[in-house]
Amino acid sequence: MIRFILLQNRQGKTRLAKYYVPLEESEKHKVEYEVHRLVVNRDAKFTNFVEFRTHKVIYRRYAGLFFSVCVDITDNELAYLECIHLFVEILDHFFSNVCELDFVFNFHKVYLILDEFILAGELQETSKRAIIERMSELEKLE
Amino acid sequence: MNPFSSSTRLRDMIRSIRACKTAAEERGVVRKECADIRASINESDPHDRHRNLAKLMFIHMLGYPTHFGQMECLKLIASPGFPEKRIGYLGLMLLLDERQEVLMLVTNSLKQDLNHTNQYVVGLALCALGNICSAEMARDLAPEVERLIQFRDPNIRKKAALCSTRIVRKVPDLAENFINAASSLLKEKHHGVLITGVQLCYELCTINDEALEFFRKKCTEGLIKTLRDITNSAYQPEYDVAGITDPFLHIRLLKVLRVLGHGDANASDLMTDILAQVATKTESNKNAGNAILYECVETIMAIEDTSSLRVLAINILGRFLSNRDNNIRYVALNMLMKAIAFDDQAVQRHRVTILECVKDPDASIRKRALELVSLLVNENNVKQLTKELIDYLEISDEDFKEDLSAKICSIVEKFSPEKIWYIDQMLKVLSEAGKFVKDDVWHALIVVISNASELHGYTVRALYKAVLTYSEQETLVRVAIWCIGEYGDLLVNNVGMLGIEDPITVTECDAVDVVEDAITRHNSDMTTKAMALVALLKLSSRFPSISERIKDVILKQKGSLLLEMQQRAIEFNSIVERHKNIRSSLVERMPVLDEATFNVRRAGSLPASVSTMAKPSVSIPNGVSAAPLVDLLDLGSDDILAAPSSSSGADFLQDLLSVDLGSSSAQSGATTPAPKAGTDLLLDILSIGTPSPAQNSTSAIDLLSTADMNNNSSTALDTLSSSAPPHIATTASAGGMFDLLDGLSPSPSKEATNGPAYPPIVAYESSSLKIDFTFSKPTGNPQTTNVEATFINLSPNTFTDFVFQAAVPKFLQLHLDPASSNTLPASGGNITQNLRVANSQHGKKSLVMRMRIGYKVNGKDVLEEGQINNFPPGL
Repeated sequence: MIRFILLQNRQGKTRLAKYYVPLEESEKHKVEYEVHRLVVNRDAKFTNFVEFRTHKVIYRRYAGLFFSVCVDITDNELAYLECIHLFVEILDHFFSNVCELDFVFNFHKVYLILDEFILAGELQETSKRAIIERMSELEKLE
Repeated sequence: MNPFSSSTRLRDMIRSIRACKTAAEERGVVRKECADIRASINESDPHDRHRNLAKLMFIHMLGYPTHFGQMECLKLIASPGFPEKRIGYLGLMLLLDERQEVLMLVTNSLKQDLNHTNQYVVGLALCALGNICSAEMARDLAPEVERLIQFRDPNIRKKAALCSTRIVRKVPDLAENFINAASSLLKEKHHGVLITGVQLCYELCTINDEALEFFRKKCTEGLIKTLRDITNSAYQPEYDVAGITDPFLHIRLLKVLRVLGHGDANASDLMTDILAQVATKTESNKNAGNAILYECVETIMAIEDTSSLRVLAINILGRFLSNRDNNIRYVALNMLMKAIAFDDQAVQRHRVTILECVKDPDASIRKRALELVSLLVNENNVKQLTKELIDYLEISDEDFKEDLSAKICSIVEKFSPEKIWYIDQMLKVLSEAGKFVKDDVWHALIVVISNASELHGYTVRALYKAVLTYSEQETLVRVAIWCIGEYGDLLVNNVGMLGIEDPITVTECDAVDVVEDAITRHNSDMTTKAMALVALLKLSSRFPSISERIKDVILKQKGSLLLEMQQRAIEFNSIVERHKNIRSSLVERMPVLDEATFNVRRAGSLPASVSTMAKPSVSIPNGVSAAPLVDLLDLGSDDILAAPSSSSGADFLQDLLSVDLGSSSAQSGATTPAPKAGTDLLLDILSIGTPSPAQNSTSAIDLLSTADMNNNSSTALDTLSSSAPPHIATTASAGGMFDLLDGLSPSPSKEATNGPAYPPIVAYESSSLKIDFTFSKPTGNPQTTNVEATFINLSPNTFTDFVFQAAVPKFLQLHLDPASSNTLPASGGNITQNLRVANSQHGKKSLVMRMRIGYKVNGKDVLEEGQINNFPPGL
């Protein structure tokens, strides 16, 4: 199960934070800080998995953004790598060559996409097309 | 719209915040916006709510408190329009979590929305519920969600399925309600619904045994068929990832099959085909394929045994190990650790590759590989593996050295086939990574060294050579100093040369050089310096020719700023100068330390740290309690120990130590070893009737400097050892340092001299000295005898530093009071001293005593000894 998903830039600013487990605000900030520190110093040649407290964080860097997913120790890391990649592809498709500013100005849309992709810490839909379609349906209702 | 509101658009606000150059500026902008929002909320203006909440969410993401917005979320959720509901639920999920009570207020809205006609609204509600519902909400709304699993729209079905996952996680009791709904989902064609349905199924199986049974019986075959279909399916562009159709579904199905097959042979049987197919047919050049293979291997490991499948799995892992991608290797190492439990042989085949991984630049891979290697070690490959690991230790990074050296040490300890190999390997490790080696490791090494008596010479020579090259490795220096101190004579005289050694010439000066270097070097810590002083003391006895030089070195430390060093220096100096007579017996060779008991004790050792020794505790840290003293005594003495009363011993030993160490309770604390053994020790010492006092070799003092040279405990014990005059009750003497062993038996001193009188005896007579004993017995205690000893100087010279020492056999207990003085004037001057003897064999055996007198005449030391056999019978 996914415990939280973080999108952070190299400076440590969190562009997106979705938690599937309850945490206090201060706890959340601490977690974000720690994960950023863990992830930003790792060399590109190293594995994409780091142990974090009693769980593990699977991260991937896309340009200036780190996509970090914290999962249970027993989960399949390689699968979550694929998951991250699929999410990035969806975002890329939706925003047409997504960049960091898109996350800043359209954060509410990013959350909506995420909510169509992952629910209750589990994968909800694996088809990029299906999610994009759904998003356009929802946009029409606005 | 309120004409007075100056609410900015969301974009503008974001821009203005981003334009801020400093944090203070940003705070200002945020504060203004918050004020506006609060004003707007107070006016309950419905038009701006949407925008306000969006702004609030952004501000929340920046890290500012936004509690005042929570009610807004609720109001928005209750609004009729879809956009409002949407932003409301989004705000809800962002600003609240399940632990907040405010969430309960939403339950009603949620319930209504779950029954809404607009399926998008239903979707919103399910989403919110699935992400943050609490246990009570779950219970309340479970029936709604259950119903929605059968909804016509697949989007709703999949959301409902995942929402149910959360519900059963929060409230496991509700699991039964969802079983039927879940099983219907498994027949779906739509991937999204299928994957969520499988997830729900998995969740139910892990939580509820009934569900597990149900799914196992009814659905295993269906699931297997689904997996087969998806594996064999044609290209589907929608779900394709790197040539594989929907790898996520593959993985999800494999996971649920794992749970179903685990513990059940039938189900496992059914799966073997498809598992074999997946394992062999899946492409492994892309991450997606590897992810599937990984999941497949995990499933194979978890279900009931089919050895052919297992072999297949381990082969896959072996292939992973040689993959260039670090992720794959990491994952393979992880799995191999579990695989060892089943098939050690198969994993051994990959040992070489795993060893390569230990040297990988990536830290996580190195760690995993190292753990795996330590699981692979057995008697056959230990030498080879250790050699490789030690070779790598030399070139590894600093931060890895600690882990690596710890692992090497534990491997060497567990599997070493012979002592000489053990010592060799440990020496290499200490030379390379000494400063990372923990205390108990080198303590164990010393125990082993002391046990390998035929290797003493070899060891000390090897250590000498090593410490010349690697003098910055603290632990190496410590072990070397200890060995040089102990076996210095072997070193210098090339005793016990083994065939493989080259001869080296080490002079006594060289040996002392090494030790002196350890003291004077600025980066030695206190333990090392203290140990060096003790070693010097030992050497001063073993190398009498350069005793002067050693004395100088010790003297230099007299002014040391470290109290411990100063104290030792002064005490040792005193021994070297004035008490040469007892020095040799003080520093005799250590008895062999019992390995077995040491290991047992170490296994159950107290995790006391060095720093806690400040408080006077009765137990020695590191678990080396007083028992080793007992063991040592067992080895050393011929007599069987009789257990004496402990409390007296405790006081006495406490006395002993606190007198010795002056005020430094810091050190003395640690050295009050469990008193019982203390008393055993000294009692035994005293009761060694037959061997002459001088020979109380094995036991006696060195005992007390046990192998546990934990910082202070060793220092204090060493101090004890150095200052305790051997094995004999003594009186207060010059310098007050040997003011110990004040009493063994707690018998209260009785002044009264009632009872039958016994004739006085001349205990000893020589040309210069005469000793008279007069006897009396206290009332009521026939076993105790009070003896008044009178020492008479028969010579024309004055005796100074007069010390009387006595030893009695085991069945007697002796107590000496302080003498009236320790200067004996010439020609007839006398000193009196009271003794108390308790005879446990009163009536059967009579008293007998050996005594030794030391004094100075004209600056020269004189020693006289004798045995007193002429006690009146019946005492």
